[in-house]
Amino acid sequence: MQPLRFATAGSVDDGKSTLIGRLLFDARALQEDQLAAVERASLRRGAGELDLSLVTDGLEAEREQGITIDVAYRYFATAARKFIIADSPGHEQYTRNMATGASNADALVLLLDATRPIAVQSRRHLVIARLLGIRHVVAFVNKLDLAGYARGAFERVRTELETFAAPLRFESLDVIPGSALRGDMVVERGDRLDWYRGPALLERLESLPSSADRAAGGPLRFPVQLVSPPRAGAARAVLGRIESGHLLAGAQLVALPSGRRTRVRQILSHGVEREIALAGDSVSVVLADDVDVSRGDLLADPARAPQVARSLDVTLIWLDAEPLRPDARYVVQQASRRAAAKVARVESRLDVDTLRQVPLSGPVLANDIVQARLSLQAPFFADRYDEVRATGALILIDEASNHTVAAALVR
Amino acid sequence: MRAERTHLDWLESEAVYILREVAGQCQNPVLFFSGGKDSICLLRLAEKAFRPGRFPFPLLHIDTGHNFPEVIAFRDRRAAELGERLLVRHVEDSIRRGSVRVSGNQSRNAAQSVTLLEAIAELGFDAAIGGARRDEEKARAKERVFSFRDEFGQWDPRNQRPELWSLYNARVRPGEHVRVFPISNWTELDVWQYIARERLEVPSIYFAHRRPVVRRHGLLVPVTGLTPPRAGEAVEEVSVRFRTVGDISCTCPVESSAASLEEILEETKGATLTERGATRMDDQTSEASMERRKKEGYF
Repeated sequence: MQPLRFATAGSVDDGKSTLIGRLLFDARALQEDQLAAVERASLRRGAGELDLSLVTDGLEAEREQGITIDVAYRYFATAARKFIIADSPGHEQYTRNMATGASNADALVLLLDATRPIAVQSRRHLVIARLLGIRHVVAFVNKLDLAGYARGAFERVRTELETFAAPLRFESLDVIPGSALRGDMVVERGDRLDWYRGPALLERLESLPSSADRAAGGPLRFPVQLVSPPRAGAARAVLGRIESGHLLAGAQLVALPSGRRTRVRQILSHGVEREIALAGDSVSVVLADDVDVSRGDLLADPARAPQVARSLDVTLIWLDAEPLRPDARYVVQQASRRAAAKVARVESRLDVDTLRQVPLSGPVLANDIVQARLSLQAPFFADRYDEVRATGALILIDEASNHTVAAALVR
Repeated sequence: MRAERTHLDWLESEAVYILREVAGQCQNPVLFFSGGKDSICLLRLAEKAFRPGRFPFPLLHIDTGHNFPEVIAFRDRRAAELGERLLVRHVEDSIRRGSVRVSGNQSRNAAQSVTLLEAIAELGFDAAIGGARRDEEKARAKERVFSFRDEFGQWDPRNQRPELWSLYNARVRPGEHVRVFPISNWTELDVWQYIARERLEVPSIYFAHRRPVVRRHGLLVPVTGLTPPRAGEAVEEVSVRFRTVGDISCTCPVESSAASLEEILEETKGATLTERGATRMDDQTSEASMERRKKEGYF
């Protein structure tokens, strides 16, 4: 089974650290020396028992300033599956960090507090997750121990969540009651929530589909990373990772930008010949004809070719502290392709609280999500982000600072 | 259709993709090879990414001068088998130049950073590929796959480049470089499973052997010419193996009878201490030791 990558999100006091600590502790993913460090830290802070929120305690630089800097990645495995957690901080820099954590995630685990209305922050996290193409959400309604494990408290939060999330149309939205502090419905079911019949959190995570499975069903997209020169006994080969669909020996391909048609003569996976390769596989491909291809080109299914465009309508997520400069040249990167570009037009800004597009007032700042048009110095081969992630996702790089300043999703 | 891919296939494919991005984006990359298990995996991944061609980068080892001889012999043999160029730079030379100052037999682990940055400057590398993993330590848990270093070789955790999808940004100005970690998403168990699957040779000290040690602060400290017992310490001979191989003066073995890869895998699955907690003296000096070393350019 493919590993499941999930991002965690939630408002600052909803108990996210405790939940991750509990998940790792109950899944037996913590080692004795890690636990001993948590025990020491718990004592230092005067906690009477093991404070599981300290498991994810951050860097010195973060403790000094009382902030969370960045996404931390954590790893654990059960007998059924391996998991990668992108633990994203929930502070003001939410969009930037959320976007980094969510861009590779198959699912979002959203922490909600059973004793309070849903925080604005949590709504934003849901919107960003949806925007970045996360299709599965598992909401954990935490702190039910403080609400006497009452079904009413859970149902209130669930109704509020389902009402807000309905227009976002997630493929699945599970809502699970529990207590990270007491360990109810995280890994173990506990014995205080007998009115709930659904899965516990870990059980649900074990069964969620990974997006790699989905990508394999899309149209073939094979961006060229490198071309190896022919050498004694080996033909010229195109090296890259299949980002969408599948590749069959003998299949017809179109090479872009040249538009030349050719066939797959041979698929090699690390020296071993294969009949088929799927999205996610890094391979070497020998083509039947001597087609001119190089890094930045794309091999695609001729029957379902991408659009070839010098201008792209995108949703732009601004990440950099320096605002967007409307007339500046940026470098746009998509898969292995790069070209100079300008942001030709900014149409509107998304109000993440109301989900409405509103007119822009002033410059585009960090964490803004805007509708924009990119004007490109060379043609790009693009799909809508919702259809093919790898050819619908772009980043903008500032030519002077080399910072990654924005993420863009093709509409 | 063929059999379903395992998680190792997924990790391998991701790492090969990352190595090819380095080759595609960077002018003058290098790969750190110490002879340790993580960099042994990197070499196999580089074979998968680039064979039948040559690697588009040389190998580099920063030699602290305090090594396990088995590991150095293995390092040289492996590089020769691959027919790839191995560069070695010595902490000893930095000491001679005066850029590193050490007293007595203290650990040279932190001093490596100086020699490493000197090597990067001398040879003009714009990318340095390493076998660090995010599961090793909490400072590493926050590190990007392509991690920017300024002209002083420093890592600024507060100001990392956003890294979305697998769109890696390796652009740097002259004098700056990126560190690249293709096995960021691997755990210690994944590494051993990969070594077993690919039947990779590893230095003999990873397997159980009898070795004189002293017990100090809960660790087994190997007794060598560089690390003699302290007054009052009793030397015992114990069956041990190393989980991690680094500078001899700060790397400790664990008690073990695991003489084969299968036994190492069983032991790793059942381990009750983390890799670094069980073996590294230098990480225990304070809760933030690794973070501080990393900011100063440590690998």
